[in-house]
Amino acid sequence: MILNKKKSAPAETAKSILTHVMIYILAIITLAPFVWMILTSFKDLGEIFVYPPKWLPERLKFENYVNAFEAAPFGRYYLNSLFVASVVTIGQLITCSMAAFAFARLQFRGRNVLFFIFLGTMMIPYNVTMIPSFMVLYWLGWIDSFKALIVPGLASAFGVFLLRQFFMTIPKELEEAAYIDGATRFGVLRRIIIPLSKPALATLAIFTFMGVFNDFIWALIVINSEEMRTVQLGLAIFRDRYLTQWDLLMAGSVTAVLPILIVFFFAQSYFIKGITLSGLKE
Amino acid sequence: MTQTETVLKQEGTELAAVIDQRKKLKVPRYKKGDGLSALLFLSPTLIVFTAFILFPVFFSFYLSFQKWNMFSGDTTFVGLDNYIRLFQNEEFWQVLKNTVIYTVGTIPLNMAFSLFIAYILNKKIIGKKFLRTAFFAPVIISPVAAALIWRWLYDPNFGLVNYFIAIFGVDAVNWLNDPSAAMFALIIMGVWKTFGINMVLFSAGLQGIPDSYYEAADIDGAGKMHKFWYITIPMLAPTTFFILVMSMISSFQVFDIVYVLTSGGPLGSTKVLVFYVYEYAFKFFEMGYASAAAYVLFAILFAVTMLQVKYMKTRMAGIR
Repeated sequence: MILNKKKSAPAETAKSILTHVMIYILAIITLAPFVWMILTSFKDLGEIFVYPPKWLPERLKFENYVNAFEAAPFGRYYLNSLFVASVVTIGQLITCSMAAFAFARLQFRGRNVLFFIFLGTMMIPYNVTMIPSFMVLYWLGWIDSFKALIVPGLASAFGVFLLRQFFMTIPKELEEAAYIDGATRFGVLRRIIIPLSKPALATLAIFTFMGVFNDFIWALIVINSEEMRTVQLGLAIFRDRYLTQWDLLMAGSVTAVLPILIVFFFAQSYFIKGITLSGLKE
Repeated sequence: MTQTETVLKQEGTELAAVIDQRKKLKVPRYKKGDGLSALLFLSPTLIVFTAFILFPVFFSFYLSFQKWNMFSGDTTFVGLDNYIRLFQNEEFWQVLKNTVIYTVGTIPLNMAFSLFIAYILNKKIIGKKFLRTAFFAPVIISPVAAALIWRWLYDPNFGLVNYFIAIFGVDAVNWLNDPSAAMFALIIMGVWKTFGINMVLFSAGLQGIPDSYYEAADIDGAGKMHKFWYITIPMLAPTTFFILVMSMISSFQVFDIVYVLTSGGPLGSTKVLVFYVYEYAFKFFEMGYASAAAYVLFAILFAVTMLQVKYMKTRMAGIR
């Protein structure tokens, strides 16, 4: 370090400024599609179809949102999406923490083999299971219902794995004391493990919610009727009908993106943790 | 008796007392009979898993050897016919080629860009938190809305992309309706949507490189480029390999953005493997044929994953 020749201070400063300019330009380019979507959603069609493009609308045309919500029942889509995403999230927190508890704390035959199988299923591509899963739902008569959107999502190998790893780090002394006081295993899970695992549970909850809210292909497969559509499916079908009505389409897009963006803004680290852990994409 | 021995003996007695007490109270931990409760704890997950993962994996394999009419329930064993038909189908090869082009087109761009950003964000930069949020934002939004935004950006007459390239004197391109341009448009959008993930992974990798390596290089008088090529790049190898495998797995399964951005068109130039499976299964209801196509995809991804496992093993052996 001592031998390192220091470059002159002005040269370093100039370089640092250049780096800043470059990275901020890249950030602006990355965000430009978002900005363009929001601006377009407030424009009049007359302002949309102009070249060169006009950045700012004359006045904020909130009617676009009203019109979009009138052109398609986005309110209903919204309720569907929020309902499905919430139920799946809560369901997964329960099923995954129970299974993770069994893997982390209970002794039973074949535990390691079973856990290994669980891990292995994370490798199976979605579209291999997609067709038979659809058939199972068809045989059960659940196609085009909330059950079809919810039940297959109630278990998650990723969730079990994430929570199991976290549970393993919790010291056992606390539980021992509780057992001596006569607690049941379920009581220990509920009163000791769960309260100590909030960060892991929050990661799983946020990650699951985002996944379900943004899901498209599953809804596309199992939903037929209009009143069962989720926001994403509704938006994709809306696109087919209003091909170039960019005012309405962008208002719809803003609607579909907003809740996740808001949650993301407040709970960034959980999103990043979840995505890093699962390596999931698309 | 030394002091240590005394302490040890004392601890031993205490431990024995605890064990005795536990025996008396029948503390359930580490005892036989956990099996039943384990079953109870696992049952919700096991039921859903059996119905929607385990059964489907095997059934889909079985289906790939059948001609299956879903609605009448008629089924005929056709042996390898579905696979033969698949490999003789020109469209299937086209689709496979498109998928490979998308993968090969996205990954290097994505990795170079995300490493570059991660590298810069690892330096002293003002507003890091904002920048990281900005670069990560495309990852979390819905693919449907994202693709819709890009449809508008790619609009041939009023789109921002054509306006932008016109500044550099490039003629307007009909991005989504020109078969030679659509795949490129899809790749650019794909990179935009996913590079944030790799940025985060690379950032973690960069933070894991000990400062002492760079300091040692400084003492030897190494330049910046030298340090980057001979320290940063080799030290990032495990991260890079992990990203490569994960990216391949996910690129091979791209669907949502294709469905909304191009619907596989124009002239099938952006039709990818999952889109093909989707069409055959849920538009033509040829469940057997579609399952065969899905299994080909599975085989490809399995090979990629095994490659990773093998690489990890070699590395481990190398360390020892």
